[in-house]
Amino acid sequence: MKTASSIALALGALLAVAAPRAAWTETDCLSCHADASLQDATGKSVGVDAHTFGASIHGSLKCGDCHATIKEYPHPDQITPVKCESCHADQAAGLAGSVHSVKAEHPCTSCHGDAHAIFPKDDARSAVYPLNVPRTCGACHGNDAMAKKHGLPNVYPLYIDSIHGFALSKEGLLVAANCQSCHGSHHILSHKDPLSPTYKTNIPKTCGSCHAGITANYMNGVHGKAVAAGDLKAPVCSDCHTAHAILQPTADAFRMQSTPICGSCHKDKLSTYRDTFHSQLGSLGGYVETARCWDCHGAHDVLPASDPRSPVAKANLVATCGRCHAGANLSFVQYQPHANARNRKLNPALYFVRLFMNLLLAGTLGFFVIHTILWLIRSRYDQIKKKSTEGDKNA
Amino acid sequence: MPDLEQAAMESREKSHAEVRHFMRFTRAQRYLHAALFSSFLGLAATGLPLRFSESIWARGLAKAVGGFGAILFFHKFCALVLTVAFLIHLKEIVTRGIIHREKGIFWGATSMVANWKDVKDLFGHIRWFLGLGPKPKFDRYAYWEKFDYWAVFWGMIVIGFSGYAMWFAPFFARFLPGWALNAVLVIHSEEGLLAILFIFSIHFVNTHLRPDSFPMDMVVFTGVESEEEFKTKRPLEYERLKAQGKLEGRIAEAPGIWQINFSKVVGFTAIVIGLVLLVLTLSAYLRE
Repeated sequence: MKTASSIALALGALLAVAAPRAAWTETDCLSCHADASLQDATGKSVGVDAHTFGASIHGSLKCGDCHATIKEYPHPDQITPVKCESCHADQAAGLAGSVHSVKAEHPCTSCHGDAHAIFPKDDARSAVYPLNVPRTCGACHGNDAMAKKHGLPNVYPLYIDSIHGFALSKEGLLVAANCQSCHGSHHILSHKDPLSPTYKTNIPKTCGSCHAGITANYMNGVHGKAVAAGDLKAPVCSDCHTAHAILQPTADAFRMQSTPICGSCHKDKLSTYRDTFHSQLGSLGGYVETARCWDCHGAHDVLPASDPRSPVAKANLVATCGRCHAGANLSFVQYQPHANARNRKLNPALYFVRLFMNLLLAGTLGFFVIHTILWLIRSRYDQIKKKSTEGDKNA
Repeated sequence: MPDLEQAAMESREKSHAEVRHFMRFTRAQRYLHAALFSSFLGLAATGLPLRFSESIWARGLAKAVGGFGAILFFHKFCALVLTVAFLIHLKEIVTRGIIHREKGIFWGATSMVANWKDVKDLFGHIRWFLGLGPKPKFDRYAYWEKFDYWAVFWGMIVIGFSGYAMWFAPFFARFLPGWALNAVLVIHSEEGLLAILFIFSIHFVNTHLRPDSFPMDMVVFTGVESEEEFKTKRPLEYERLKAQGKLEGRIAEAPGIWQINFSKVVGFTAIVIGLVLLVLTLSAYLRE
């Protein structure tokens, strides 16, 4: 025990001396800059923690490797900013062509943090460690004033409450999508740029880098095929799931919000769906298991009813309806979930049933409203007359 | 007050000697009407949010009672109560009319079945509205009361059948064509709407709110009415009973004060709920 602790002590002492030595020998600089309270003329801290720097990814570099313009002591007050691109040329080139190209607003340190404490991205101390990325980006993209100034949505709170944000911040999953999983890091492009991973037609591939199975299904469906053929009106992942506020698809809130999303394109189908019991039940909440679009049509591999693989193909209806309605038979599945009682050509029987019921309603009420009004007037007239004759008698 | 009332029970005949009261509805009939209107109010209050599921108040109500699951449960519960009330009524008709062969159930002056006199009364009544003729004399059930009765009778069959067809859709699909499953929702909601609009406007006004009965006709709650009311509202029945010497057999005790107050509370509650639902229905219907 004694031997072990003394060895550890000796090793520690050795490391304490060896680390700064191996990483940093320019004690001349540190003789001033080791002072954490040291400030330049503008009041910016210019202190350097040699231990942290020594442990950082740049720990093996010398001061002069980055601060290349300083050749003598004392150096001028105004020194040329460090050029990271002299080593990181690819990253700098990527950044220059990105939405963050204005260098004054987006210095490397705005994402990578303190220049003397940069760690590799798989180190939990790094500002770009997967679990730290949302907070790093959120420093700007969670800021209302910044969002307003650039006409961007304030996405950080949306993301952090989403299924991805939850997996990352609550479960600490490294595989959970963070900002850069979808947007990239240095070469971030606007979603309007066809080269961007968040450009509409690239989204299935971007999401598919994790959700490979779903993307394969999606590409087989009508929506995936339409997008692949260049139809920009067809929905991609983010049109139904949203981009940042992605919910668990079985969650009540998602089931409640998504029917109108399908309906924003399929307007006639939404309007006829609204007439049905499925929708009436569903609209009121607390009963969210009633059939929504994708419960019958499928979610990702949506296929036309004419395709025998579609859940709404004639031959599959008994099975599809039977998932909720135990005992559904061939007659039961003739029910039309999108019947239009206002359309005489499409649904003649229903049209005439509705017409008859409306005439019955209007006829009965119309007759009795007139009948009752006349009756009221006459009764009141008699009452007043009776009172006045009684009054005459009394007088 | 209730103690005083009870103490006065024995001397009631004396104190109410001048005002004789006559029995119109039996206790069973009044209970049946109570079951009918309470379950109907329940069905209307839970059915309307469905029919107008896009409106704000429907969602608010659904949220307040625990979502649609709760609404549907309550709707089905009221439906079962009403079904049982309907079956009890049917059993009574069959027992009295067919088994006991009681006269006046299916035809005649005391029957609910419409006859030629009702047609003449309708036109006579309208002539009187317009000041073109005398007020017709009505018998036990006037034509609008018969219409109320048959509207409810038909309504219960139509709404009940279409409701059960939706409740047990896979079962009904064994003998109904597929399009009928679409039709039952249209029928259920339109007929339900008709029933709600009719009861909460026409029935309320005709029976309770018109000047002769304002603010409420208590007879369906207390079962009895005063001699004067009987004579003016149903002169033919009064005269017939008098001629047959059966009038005394219908004399009943005047309702107690607690009975009148209780009836007022129940009746006004029902009318207020009905009128609120009527306003909500009309506002949602006209906005559609």
